[in-house]
Amino acid sequence: MSLRITLATAARVLRQLRRDHRTLALVLLVPPLLMTLFKYVFYGQEATFDRVGPPLVGIFPFVTMFLVTSIAMLRERTTGTLERLMSMPLAKLDLLLGYGLAFAAIAVVQAALTATIAFGFLGLDAAGPVWLIVVFAVGNAVLGMALGLFLSAFAQTEFQAVQFMPAFVIPQILLAGLLVPREKMARALELVSDVLPMTYAYDALARAAADDLGRRLALDAAVIAGFIVLALVLGATTLRRRTA
Amino acid sequence: MLNFEPSIRIRDLRVRRGGRLVLPGISLDVRPGVVTGLLGPSGSGKTTLIRSIVGVQIVESGEVTVLGAPAGSAELRHVVGYVTQAPSVYGDLTVRENLHYFARVLDADTASVDEAIRTVALGGHADQVVGTLSGGELSRVSLATALLGEPQLLVLDEPTVGLDPLLRRDLWNTFHELAAAGTTLLVSTHVMDEAERTDDLVLLRDGRIVATGSPDQLRDRTHADDLEDAFLALAEAS
Repeated sequence: MSLRITLATAARVLRQLRRDHRTLALVLLVPPLLMTLFKYVFYGQEATFDRVGPPLVGIFPFVTMFLVTSIAMLRERTTGTLERLMSMPLAKLDLLLGYGLAFAAIAVVQAALTATIAFGFLGLDAAGPVWLIVVFAVGNAVLGMALGLFLSAFAQTEFQAVQFMPAFVIPQILLAGLLVPREKMARALELVSDVLPMTYAYDALARAAADDLGRRLALDAAVIAGFIVLALVLGATTLRRRTA
Repeated sequence: MLNFEPSIRIRDLRVRRGGRLVLPGISLDVRPGVVTGLLGPSGSGKTTLIRSIVGVQIVESGEVTVLGAPAGSAELRHVVGYVTQAPSVYGDLTVRENLHYFARVLDADTASVDEAIRTVALGGHADQVVGTLSGGELSRVSLATALLGEPQLLVLDEPTVGLDPLLRRDLWNTFHELAAAGTTLLVSTHVMDEAERTDDLVLLRDGRIVATGSPDQLRDRTHADDLEDAFLALAEAS
């Protein structure tokens, strides 16, 4: 592992994104716009907006980073740049952490922008500290990125990769407790949701928003970190120096 | 590295790709400091052999030693430059940004980026986004990447396809300059006039080595006037 290569990789990924103005605009502007949409969908129902809003600040980065990363890594595989890098003195972790740093940086901007619009202009209210919601939003982005890196190994085309979003992300959002509290779901689904990363991501955001800064929140943070490490390790095993 | 030791030493290499036995067991020595050409028709196993030498190919059995170490060893990743047949660079970065990134990975300095750009004659396009370049320019960017960091061995899979004849001549001159400076080059091609410019030639057909030797030796051995006839005679005899 080398800090030089990790940082060079992060800078390279950011440079690629910066050149793609449209993607960058979509990544940064769609979450605030969707937040605005939510505000007026729940028109006059301030309590509902205040319950759903803060977790959404953190769920948007998860979704965008999952998608952007799985496509970016798939491109590395299909254009041969991954094979070139694997024949160079680059550790697999250099590549994964490089991506992680780059997307975490984007996520900071994305989450900060979304939070500013939501709390500053849309009248969203949270009892807990907004900065903590933003911190968990960035953690969520890194989680989405790590899962995207891993799952991209199972897609051969970009068509397949984008389908992983409804296949893996939407069920997690449905089961996380955002729409219906988990204990009110069928018992089997509640048990399934116990092992899904988004459940802990949502719980952390909801607790941070409710100013419930206790041991459960610390546990959530630890589980999220664990999932990130697990996904990165699994992702590393899908990067092969030798292929058939 | 002693001069009389081969840069690449292959013994009984068997490789299966997609269920097909592409290399049924070949042995080969590649001399250091010369340009060795790997000549063979499409599908003869050139790319598979090259991938095995670079160490990105899963091999069934056999031994591939590169600069004294098993192919694909970590210590070789600094000293072996590899160009795949399809250009493998980032289409959304400029020429310079691509080279700069790979130079950082190899711990090569900025001067080597400029030098690589000059060598492949892309100075006028250095700040152009790679995705907007022509096919020939694109493969030159890929080639420039392999020149970074003064590799001891350069493995190039059909690096001159689609290039202007003048540029092709210049690149082959560059290959010989690099060889004169001590770099070993293995260059695959299916073009006879390029094969003519190599020091050593390896003729590959259906995954088997049909003949090895300098272009002159191969012509003498077959009493042929040109390499094409020599190749035909050797292929028919095998």
